[in-house]
Amino acid sequence: MSEQNEATTQVRRPKPLASGTEQAGQPLVELSHVDKHYDKLHVLKDINLTVNKGEVLVVVGPSGSGKSTMCRTINRLETIDSGVIRIDGKPLPQEGKELAELRAEVGMVFQSFNLFANKTILDNVTLAPIKVRHMDKKEAEDLAMDLLDRVGVASQANKMPSQLSGGQQQRVAIARALAMRPKVMLFDEPTSALDPEMVNEVLDVMVELAHEGMTMICITHEMGFARKAADRIVFMADGQILESGTPDEFFDHPKTDRAKDFLSKILTH
Amino acid sequence: MDNFLALFSEYDVLGAFLVNIELTLWSALFSLVLGVVLVMMRISPISSLRAVAGGYVELFKNMPLTIIMVFMVLGAYAQLKLTFSDTFATNFFWLAVTGLSLYTAAFVCEALRSGINTVPLGQAEAARALGLNFMQSAGLIILPQAFRGSVAPLGNTLIALLKNSTVAAAASVSTETSSLMSEMIEFHADAIIEIFLIFAIGYVILIIPIGVLTTYLSNKLAVRR
Repeated sequence: MSEQNEATTQVRRPKPLASGTEQAGQPLVELSHVDKHYDKLHVLKDINLTVNKGEVLVVVGPSGSGKSTMCRTINRLETIDSGVIRIDGKPLPQEGKELAELRAEVGMVFQSFNLFANKTILDNVTLAPIKVRHMDKKEAEDLAMDLLDRVGVASQANKMPSQLSGGQQQRVAIARALAMRPKVMLFDEPTSALDPEMVNEVLDVMVELAHEGMTMICITHEMGFARKAADRIVFMADGQILESGTPDEFFDHPKTDRAKDFLSKILTH
Repeated sequence: MDNFLALFSEYDVLGAFLVNIELTLWSALFSLVLGVVLVMMRISPISSLRAVAGGYVELFKNMPLTIIMVFMVLGAYAQLKLTFSDTFATNFFWLAVTGLSLYTAAFVCEALRSGINTVPLGQAEAARALGLNFMQSAGLIILPQAFRGSVAPLGNTLIALLKNSTVAAAASVSTETSSLMSEMIEFHADAIIEIFLIFAIGYVILIIPIGVLTTYLSNKLAVRR
């Protein structure tokens, strides 16, 4: 807590948005043999994936390949049929208090922002630190203003979400997730609902986060971002992970025909 | 015109309307509380709570109010000895409020559920993803937005409640409007049209402002997305 107080008394000197990067290289998110069906549709087929601390993983693939579903299983917004998901060594708990505690450690940014429509921007960011972390109001507000400043929307703090542009709302959503000091951030197509000219302002924040050592799992169609920020790219199709490699490996030497086909369709323009 | 004045001076018409307004306000309060509890049960993650609330709503929504009111007096009071006061009038008043509240709560629950359906699923997902528990997500995010999205149906429920309060006659509340109207008709068969007009127009005067207010509020409070 003292760390945050200190931060707010300082002149606005960039402070890492990410926390807990000292143990880089250890497994943070592990999925093993994860399967999921929607009725007869097999949406996740034996998914095995390990994301290490400080790693930036970008998941790409065609629509309906199970990327979003996989992302949402990591904080159990979607349940799984079989397999194990571990965060920081602990298996995902069942619905209840423990799950709420775990979700507090996993930040999530949605395609449709999902800012609380009945709360101001500031309240959106302070709500969870106050209610879940029991931080006092002043401290939470200082933290929130610091984060809003970092993502460039501090001047909008007292507005309602609907008064902001999509890009601003998404940056607020990132600040809201960061206010919980999560161990890992999940980005579920964060720029897909944005006007083209607002995509970069959100990606810039994500690149900055990546450089600061935040562990990130990003589902995106922004190949420029993937190349620039990713440590590793995972390619999914039809509920399976077909390829996993560095950006250079994946973009320049895709191994599977499915990946070659996918890349040929998105990189030709 | 003389007829009207005579009727007004002979009977306490305004007092009777006041009884209905009191019945309505108390029942509105209790049914709102019960309706909120019911709707939270209906959206809760615990399936048995959902089933109980669902059963309650189906039961009371589909039962005639008159039967509930008669049951309050003949069943709850006479057989089960549910008593609120030693004074008959007060006792029947609260029995009527209980019956009206139990009945109206089912409609409040349905009105709020229609409001909850206006709240995008993403709002609840974002709340859960941040680590808020069910009560926090419901109380801080979902219900405040649901209320603002259900002002119009809640207003309609209030209007129905005010009119339904006349069924309190079936629960032996003898001072309310429909009881008074029967009494007046019994002694002034020559002025039936005037008597009807007094009560009909009385309710219209009471209810029009409620309608205007809910329309205004439902626009003013609508959640901007």
